[in-house]
Amino acid sequence: MSIVTVQLGQCGNQIGYEVFNAICNDFHSTHGLCSKKENESYQEACKERFFSEEKTGVPVARAVLVDMEPKVISQTLSMAARSGHWKYDHQSHFCQKQGSGNNWANGYSVHGPRYRDVIMNLVQKEAEKCDRLSGFFTVMSMAGGTGSGMGAFVTQCLRDAFPTSFILNQVIWPYGTGEVIVQNYNSVLTLSHLYQSSDALLVHENDAIHKICAQLMNIKKISFRDVNQVIAHQLGSVFQPTYSSEGASQYSRNPLGDLMESLVPHPEFKMLGLRNIPQMSENSLAYSTFTWPGLIKHLRQMLIANAKMEEGIDWQVRPPLPGHPVPPKASPNKALHFNTSIANLVVLRGKDVQSIDLGGFRDPALYTSWLNPQEAFTIWKTPRAFNKYEKSASLVSNSQFLLKLMDNIVGKAWNMFASKAYVHQYTKFGIEEEDFLDCFTTLEQVISSYASL
Amino acid sequence: MTQSVVVQVGQCGNQIGCRFWDLALREHAAVNKKGIYDEALSSFFRNVDTRNGGDGADIHKGKIFSLKARALLIDMEEGVVNEILQGPLRDVFDSKQLITDVSGSGNNWAVGHKLYGYQYREHIVEKLRRTAEHCDCLQCFFVIHSMGGGTGSGLGTFVLNVLEDEFPEVYRFVTSVYPSGEDDVITSPYNSVLAMKELNEHADCVLPIENESLFSIVSKIHQMTNSGKLGSTVKQNSLLTSSAGSIKTEQEKPFDAMNNIVANLLLNLTSSARFEGSLNMDLNEISMNLVPFPRLHYLVSSLTPLYTLADVNVPSRRLDQMFSDAFSKDHQLIQADPKHSLYLACALLVRGNVQVSDLRRNIERLKPSLHFVSWNQEGWKTGLCSVPPVGHSHSLLALANNTCVKPTFTELKDRFMKLYKKKAHLHHYLHVDGMEQSCFSEAISSLSDLIEEYNQLDATKSAPRTYPSRLKIAM
Repeated sequence: MSIVTVQLGQCGNQIGYEVFNAICNDFHSTHGLCSKKENESYQEACKERFFSEEKTGVPVARAVLVDMEPKVISQTLSMAARSGHWKYDHQSHFCQKQGSGNNWANGYSVHGPRYRDVIMNLVQKEAEKCDRLSGFFTVMSMAGGTGSGMGAFVTQCLRDAFPTSFILNQVIWPYGTGEVIVQNYNSVLTLSHLYQSSDALLVHENDAIHKICAQLMNIKKISFRDVNQVIAHQLGSVFQPTYSSEGASQYSRNPLGDLMESLVPHPEFKMLGLRNIPQMSENSLAYSTFTWPGLIKHLRQMLIANAKMEEGIDWQVRPPLPGHPVPPKASPNKALHFNTSIANLVVLRGKDVQSIDLGGFRDPALYTSWLNPQEAFTIWKTPRAFNKYEKSASLVSNSQFLLKLMDNIVGKAWNMFASKAYVHQYTKFGIEEEDFLDCFTTLEQVISSYASL
Repeated sequence: MTQSVVVQVGQCGNQIGCRFWDLALREHAAVNKKGIYDEALSSFFRNVDTRNGGDGADIHKGKIFSLKARALLIDMEEGVVNEILQGPLRDVFDSKQLITDVSGSGNNWAVGHKLYGYQYREHIVEKLRRTAEHCDCLQCFFVIHSMGGGTGSGLGTFVLNVLEDEFPEVYRFVTSVYPSGEDDVITSPYNSVLAMKELNEHADCVLPIENESLFSIVSKIHQMTNSGKLGSTVKQNSLLTSSAGSIKTEQEKPFDAMNNIVANLLLNLTSSARFEGSLNMDLNEISMNLVPFPRLHYLVSSLTPLYTLADVNVPSRRLDQMFSDAFSKDHQLIQADPKHSLYLACALLVRGNVQVSDLRRNIERLKPSLHFVSWNQEGWKTGLCSVPPVGHSHSLLALANNTCVKPTFTELKDRFMKLYKKKAHLHHYLHVDGMEQSCFSEAISSLSDLIEEYNQLDATKSAPRTYPSRLKIAM
């Protein structure tokens, strides 16, 4: 089954390009470390999932590119075409001239309705190219105007037009110290609206990825391209083909469905975090070896201590022992020492995946009591190595990973809202103070729910 | 891609405008080696086939034939505009883009605004419409004028009104040159305050400029480049004040250096809209992020570096120096010290070989020494444009919505009151049809209200921080 990607705004398009590029590079990788048969199976599955065939033989990404100004899309299309290995369908894009001006209301209330039909037509065309449609990825930032506002509107339209398909929103959390001054307003508006129509939100934080680039990848002068490539690598490591159940003989055909089933048991809890290990520069990779026990141990502690990467993990944090009272954690302002999970998914790729012990992730102490520990933890795996990493493991977690982030952003947005600063820019396009209040209420509810896990 | 139209009014406006067009051509020539008319060029220029004479058709793609500025040149005297039309830029303008008269406005806002405004309104609307029709997607009007005289100040603000009436969806960015204390036009305080009311009510963003600041920058550059302290040669075309490499070949005029600075301001402001980059910053984003409340739309600007040395190797220390300089009071284009006042919002538009990590490092470094208003503690808007200005490998434009504009306004108010109390020269204004005493009282009232808004914000600087309590959810 196939996934159609909708790239929205500058960020969405820049990242979307890197994702397809990473997937394509992995597809052509000669470091697969598995049998030829296995590799061919993998490539088949990958192609079906992300690319459609064209007469010329160059795979065409299953994607719709949307932006309210032309420069980024034009660059994205030409970079892909120049790669020689893949490209976008040059009909499959929509852009305007003026941009959304970082104004969520402009993206949502003006551009959205105005261009809805054209955009949904493009999506429909892409969907029809798929033999079977698994669902949609959207890629967008929360801080700007198009990705955020128009992205929220398009997600709603997708939900209306494709009620039985899955929708996963890749959302980019902006740097804490501003890229955009009204980013907190735009984020609050986006999150609350996505919550209504999306199946799950998979979040990447610019600050966290930036640190990975600086400390793990050793990049001196970090560009947005570097940040986007790390994000692309992390996404690829989850969504490239895998076997999703024990004893399966075929690559999973419905990754989005499987993901939702494993991780989102309740519609109130849709915030997913992603961690990937190991991450390092190519130069260092040549000199490093890893063991599965080491990787799994680190990944587990990253989950428990809410670490963003494999360096600087707080090893003191432990899950509560059975029989001992769980310390009250109702207030998200208290430093959360232990990260409680609802459900976790671990994806394993590479050498000797069959022999890995994942008992540590099945510990009931890690989870809330709603789900059977067997149901709360899922494994996907493949012996086919990903992107030059002989062994790699990724964790997609529905847990308190994003609680502090959400609390921060709502706090800052509320602080600004109390002074009414910038509100006139939104009311100009039809988003009133009551709409803001509704969004705040929705998010406080979500925060409260996660805090009380 | 969008287009912008420049409306240059009065002597000052037209002299600055002239420098702008010259340097804009220079910038595009440096980037556009193949002579193809591209989207970046189209933001300020039309491509017209003039082979058959007259007003040829617009050519939207392909080779460059003849570039025409998207501009309207307005002056009530002929001297400046005539000079432009006889100079090396004559082919960039066509005669239909001009509105001139002969007698000037006599440094009288009322003559510019009420008399000439009324007289030329239809002409102005008609020419604006024509210019707008040549635009695929008109995003912004840039008005350039001075505040202290009669035409730029009076007619310029009249045009601002017209722009709002006729093109309400199009942004209005105004570059206003404010008079200094020792201005030789006695009535400049009247003209400026009357114009301020119009700016308060009808502009989306105002970039105030003061000649003293421009002059200090010119002197500083002159000193540095001639003192021999620098060791290596300075790239001539990198000077913020230079016309080197542009069409203009004759003697530089006294105000040219100063006006080049303002021209560079406008080029940098629009660079991210015209050229590509990893984090674009369009004009509508500037207005969105830097104007928290409708009337507080005065932005203090600074440009760095002032020049570039010829040795190409730029260690990151020098890059960081560029960021530090943007916040020093010597680099601001008005007499103001943003570091010691309160920031409502700040935008950094970086051009050239600078990445997000350089931006972040410098924001982290400089943040602790700056005061931001309580509800906008992380009030930074950033943009990265890949194309540097001519002669530089990188540059930075900082725009600050900061209470440090207040002294400019309070001094203006004081000078106004000195004259107004004695009713000095008032009759020259009240003589003009449509001008009444109430125009004066309303104008000063508008300015006072604006100053009061800044006062209230300043008061919060020392007040203890209180966080509004969050919504509580019943479980």
